[in-house]
Amino acid sequence: MNAPANIKPFDADAARAQFDILSRTVYGKPLVYLDSGASAQKPRIVLDTMRDFADSEYANVHRGVHFLSAAATDRYEAARRSVQKFLNARDENEIVFTKGGTEAINLVAYSFLMPVIQPGDEIVLSVMEHHSNIVPWHFLRERCGAVLRWADVRDDGSLDVAALDALIGPKTRLVAITHMSNVLGTITPLKDIVARAHAKGVPVLADGCQGAVHEIVDVQALDIDFYAVTGHKLYGPTGIGALYARKARLKAMRPFNGGGEMIREVTMDRITYADPPARFEAGTPPIIESVGLAAALDWLSGFDRAAIAAHEHDLLDHARAQVGRFNWLRVIGDAPGKGAILSFEAEGMHAHDLATILDREGVAVRAGHHCAQVLMERFGVASTSRASFALYNTRADVDALIAGLEKARGILT
Amino acid sequence: MDDALRELYQEVILDHSRHPRHYGPLAGASHKAEGYNPLCGDRVTIYLKLDADGRVADIGFEGKGCAISQASASMMVEMLKGRTAAEAGRLMQGFLHLVKGEAVGDLAEDDLERLEVMGGISAFPMRVKCATLAWHTYKNAAEEGQTAEGAA
Repeated sequence: MNAPANIKPFDADAARAQFDILSRTVYGKPLVYLDSGASAQKPRIVLDTMRDFADSEYANVHRGVHFLSAAATDRYEAARRSVQKFLNARDENEIVFTKGGTEAINLVAYSFLMPVIQPGDEIVLSVMEHHSNIVPWHFLRERCGAVLRWADVRDDGSLDVAALDALIGPKTRLVAITHMSNVLGTITPLKDIVARAHAKGVPVLADGCQGAVHEIVDVQALDIDFYAVTGHKLYGPTGIGALYARKARLKAMRPFNGGGEMIREVTMDRITYADPPARFEAGTPPIIESVGLAAALDWLSGFDRAAIAAHEHDLLDHARAQVGRFNWLRVIGDAPGKGAILSFEAEGMHAHDLATILDREGVAVRAGHHCAQVLMERFGVASTSRASFALYNTRADVDALIAGLEKARGILT
Repeated sequence: MDDALRELYQEVILDHSRHPRHYGPLAGASHKAEGYNPLCGDRVTIYLKLDADGRVADIGFEGKGCAISQASASMMVEMLKGRTAAEAGRLMQGFLHLVKGEAVGDLAEDDLERLEVMGGISAFPMRVKCATLAWHTYKNAAEEGQTAEGAA
């Protein structure tokens, strides 16, 4: 997303001051945290809200008649409305809490597709998917005879939507596609993809684990069927995520986990299920985490998100311009309008050696295959180094990365 | 540069990673195994020619990965050539202790000196697996990696 020029600049320093961890040092050097794509740090308000809730209103939800159970249930359901608002879902009951993005996608695989899929049915996905949006579909391939059809990306990392469209045929049961690649930073044109898939009667699931952090998501405008998010990349706690599913889709879905809270009536020979979303939330849910997630989303929504996006793009541009001077460094993923992730390969320096040296400079980056081995193969690399930017990063962080890269080059080559 | 980094990426290690010794497939290998570290993507293949009594008559490796994994493999094959199974086992145990920062035990002074080049890795626990990949792969090759040629 390109922010208009007239938006008010985002005050990254003020936002940064809300994250205590960012003022610590590692190995005596100031921490430069460039691994938010793996997991974002949490602002004080998220941690305080979780603590306050646990100290004053915590009990199990949807069970007791006592005061605290009612209070906790209110907070849990309010958290659902925070997610609803954040994604602009029509109805709060279209939000299913999960333990993360992975579980949200697995829920669609097990509950929506598995009951109906036939041998030879096809699932269309892209080569830039995270393993969490690949492996559940491999399960359907292994266990049900589904066929995976892979949409390629161009050399700059952009998605060829026409090529993806051409893969959607009479046997396609689902298009499963990332909203933003965790390696390339590529943003996919979801609205266009959904329109093309729907024209052929095919539902679409988006993996929004990165996309929801950096883009403003409106599931109604996208007209999308499923959208998966995870809390911990959205400045919220671990152990919680959510699946948005259009109401008609949720109604057609078979329960996945069985247990408490997802039933209406259980006898020795009969069972009836609760309505969605409770039908898909068996067992005690991550209650404190739901309250933390709501705090994170409300906090994030309190900013001008277009201004955050402009700030993050400035960091990416700044980094891109500086590494552009290094003829020994190859950036992987240069799609127009991409999000604030910089993956690269450096000549003569393996990603893990590089990450170790950067680490000693206080600079945290990710090195490896980023749970995207299909994409690594597409670009002919075993691993890359990845700097991922968040709203609390600054140009000084980028400069520390660049200095670290030059230092590593001096040591290793 | 900080001392831990200087020790880890000392010249002899970088030299081995850039110019690996005994590199390439070994014709007529009696034993072979592939090692893979899924976390890093490091790959090492170890080729062995074992005598009837298990002595390492010849050894070679191929691989791709970080400087530590490749240097460790190169240094290992250099050390293992000509060793009996028992000697190789003692070296491996010594190495596994060394990279965890533990006492290495009773080894010949020359062996100890050569192993200790990799000692700096103990300050980098996230990287220990890179250093041990070749050794574990050697063990797999010797114990379970008999090739068709080796069985003939």
